[in-house]
Amino acid sequence: MRDTTSAAPHTSATPLLQTVGLTKRYGSFLANDKIDLDVWPQQIHALLGENGAGKSTLVKAIYGLVQPSEGELRWEGQTMVLSGPSQARARGIGMVFQHFSLFDNLTVAENVALGLDGKESFKEMSARLEQVSRSYGLPLDPKREVWQLSVGERQRIEIVRALMQNPKFLILDEPTAVLTPQEADQLFVVLERLKSEGRAILYISHKLEEVKRLCDTATILRGGKKVSTCNPKAETAASLARMMVGTEIKEVKPAASREITVPRLVINDLNLDPDDAHGVHLKGISLELRGGEILGIAGVAGNGQDELFAALSGERLARDPGTIVIEGIAAGHLSISRRRKLGAAFVPEERLGHGTAPRMRLSENALLTGHAAGNMVQHGFVNTAATLNAVDRATETFDVRKAKRDPEAASLSGGNLQKFIVGREILRNPAVLVVSQPTWGVDAGAAAVIRQALLDLAAAGAAVLVTSQDLDELIEISDRIAVMFHGRLSASLPTASASREKLGLLMGGSSLETKEQAHAADT
Amino acid sequence: MQLILEKRAERSRTVALASPLIAIGLTIVTMTILFMVLGKNPISALYVYFIVPLADGYSLQEIAVKATPLVMIAIGLSLCYLANAWNIGAEGQFLMGAVAGSWIAVKTQGTGAGHWVLPAMLLLGALAGALYALIPAICKVRFGASEILTSLMLVYVADLLLDYLVRGPWRDPQGFNFPTTAEFDPVATVPTLIEGGRLHLGSILALIVVAAGAVLLGKTIKGFEIRVVGAAPRAARFGGFNANQLILLTFAISGALSGLAGIIEVAGPVGHLQPGISPGYGFTAIIVAFLGRLNPIGILIAGLFLALTFIGGEQAQITMKIPLDVTKVFQGILLFYVLACDSLILYRFRIVSSSPQVARGAH
Ligand SMILES: Nc1ncnc2c1ncn2[C@@H]1O[C@H](COP(=O)(O)OP(=O)(O)OP(=O)(O)O)[C@@H](O)[C@H]1O
Ligand SMILES: [Mg+2]
Repeated sequence: MRDTTSAAPHTSATPLLQTVGLTKRYGSFLANDKIDLDVWPQQIHALLGENGAGKSTLVKAIYGLVQPSEGELRWEGQTMVLSGPSQARARGIGMVFQHFSLFDNLTVAENVALGLDGKESFKEMSARLEQVSRSYGLPLDPKREVWQLSVGERQRIEIVRALMQNPKFLILDEPTAVLTPQEADQLFVVLERLKSEGRAILYISHKLEEVKRLCDTATILRGGKKVSTCNPKAETAASLARMMVGTEIKEVKPAASREITVPRLVINDLNLDPDDAHGVHLKGISLELRGGEILGIAGVAGNGQDELFAALSGERLARDPGTIVIEGIAAGHLSISRRRKLGAAFVPEERLGHGTAPRMRLSENALLTGHAAGNMVQHGFVNTAATLNAVDRATETFDVRKAKRDPEAASLSGGNLQKFIVGREILRNPAVLVVSQPTWGVDAGAAAVIRQALLDLAAAGAAVLVTSQDLDELIEISDRIAVMFHGRLSASLPTASASREKLGLLMGGSSLETKEQAHAADT
Repeated sequence: MQLILEKRAERSRTVALASPLIAIGLTIVTMTILFMVLGKNPISALYVYFIVPLADGYSLQEIAVKATPLVMIAIGLSLCYLANAWNIGAEGQFLMGAVAGSWIAVKTQGTGAGHWVLPAMLLLGALAGALYALIPAICKVRFGASEILTSLMLVYVADLLLDYLVRGPWRDPQGFNFPTTAEFDPVATVPTLIEGGRLHLGSILALIVVAAGAVLLGKTIKGFEIRVVGAAPRAARFGGFNANQLILLTFAISGALSGLAGIIEVAGPVGHLQPGISPGYGFTAIIVAFLGRLNPIGILIAGLFLALTFIGGEQAQITMKIPLDVTKVFQGILLFYVLACDSLILYRFRIVSSSPQVARGAH
């Protein structure tokens, strides 16, 4: 164990928050094992660790959502016992969750009102919401309904809601996992400002570069135990990762030679009206993806990626069957199950509630997408052994860490659930894989495993379509990259010639017709 | 001081199992108070309600007879509720089944028709119940009409139709103008299991329905589909399951079971068609479904328990002059507590000292 003290001297004599020997057990499983943590005012403190290391569990204990099995919390030096989040909030502890806790069909203001303890009227609250969000440069329209918002905007609601409580101590659990680089930069400005206002921030992230840039101190967890506290600015991303994993992280290696074969996924001039008033209109999207190829789709979230995913998966049907061709078969009118039977597999962006049913077991969630093809269902009866077997295979291949063999999906840590979902689809050996944000919230080691698996799948002859906010990821694994902007897809560039600058320009819409851009800007 | 509901971090399994028992306990406490207010000795009232019916064979049979329709209907309702389809009109489907099945009995009366009559009645009863249930389901799927309202309103339509038939076209000419059909022929009657007893073949059918429900929900892909559509609609769509189709299917199954229960009741314990064949089975079955935690075995137990309250209520009326409506009060209070206790699985009560004033403005 090593302990390099952080660079900045502390402004006060006692830490704002301490955990002393904090332990959390789930049955016989130790999610947190005697963790000591000190967070000082005016400090941005990173909490790092692999998926399932116990980060979310620890911060939920600090926020009063999880009752520690042993150990104690101290607030400004005093022992603190929390029987629920409202008590944490009363002390000035705020939290932004890894998974959003928003009601889809309520408005922004209604959602914020539900999470506040104060007694102000709804009107006062709405006014304050607008004012706080504007003053921190996180604009929000209080009257919009949440289901119409992009993930980045939803995150903004959670952050503004936390800020409205004027917290002394703010916990952010992987806030940037879903943000575009621009949105993340905006967030960092807010965090720096909160820090200069004397608040403390506990910051969970898998993106080590941003931790180095932003945080003063980092505490690293591994397998539920604290392994080190260090100054991240004095470390390299690689050395931080090594502390998290305990070993070196493997490099992702593309297969030496990949054979590009037949077209497996073809989109012919796909036009699709949005489901709702705020959705994106898909306009004239065409592409051809051959076996052995990985095509990356870059773009700022909310430019039609969700709509494209729904059209490809069959959650929304196209009018003309020929607009989507899977394995040579016109599939635009086919249901998602029929498309799966043709050999397609899909990984959506949202893992809880879309990719999985949160309150159902993993085996049932394996059945969710596995029932259409394969041996999981015989004569209408579920073959439980086959579903469990699928769970075991995903667990083994993708190192899914969980407390028992077949837990509820919601009890997995975020990254581990992501590994399960990606594993579930890849292990079906699809001919076409459409995947959205494959490494969302996944730690560096596991991200490497998933990217490698995508490359291996392509090497085995599949066509892979990856949508991601993470340009580095796309550059690392794609053969070609196309950019989505206002519902249109640019022509794809070979990755070798796709510089970040070029992609950045495309993501801003600059090389698309200016007429279109002007039209799209005012919708 | 303020009492608030707060979401639990982890779903409590103990509370999930204990919740129906807590609800029953709270109901009994409330009933005790009610009996005292009515000026009855609560101890003996509870004794008459819950213990006396268990003491003799006749009452035990009667409990099984009353539990039969409750369980049958509740199994169907549980499928609807699991799939987030709110069929409140089982009572109407029950009556429609009874009417349609009785049609065969009335038309074959005294014609010496063979043993095909009873099976045909059961089939037609189930079919009529299913079709009747499909009306609100189709309105829901096609036009987005609230199935809660439409299914409930159709109860009164069925009720009036039955009333019209037994007062008009189907009235027994030898019936001294009572609104009832003639007593059904033996071939149109559900056979009893014990010579001279009340227990009839319908109870066996109810057990088969429970077993089938358990297999459907636990072992088949359809059952899985029903559970996912209710629990996580978006994930269900991603899984390729069609929520609208399931609304139609679960309403049809539920209607069929209610209709079957209806014709069994008429062709069994009652023996002829008349108004008032149901003391509200279709509504009480809603309580049974929730008290049984939408689980087939749970529903079987809950059905027996609520049947007990019917018998106990009759006993209490005879021996203690407690109005029969108290049974309805009891059932209503029970449903209230069941639903309240269910929310305690996901939420818990907390008392907060009057809210610590949150600072205005975040800067
Ligand atoms: N309610 C629960 N029941 C059982 N096990 C749980 C529960 N919640 C968490 N766990 C287990 O505790 C471990 C730690 O989970 P936690 O969510 O704290 O991880 P994490 O460090 O936040 O990971 P990630 O980076 O993937 O979000 C995981 O292995 C998880 O399966
Ligand atoms: Mg986490």
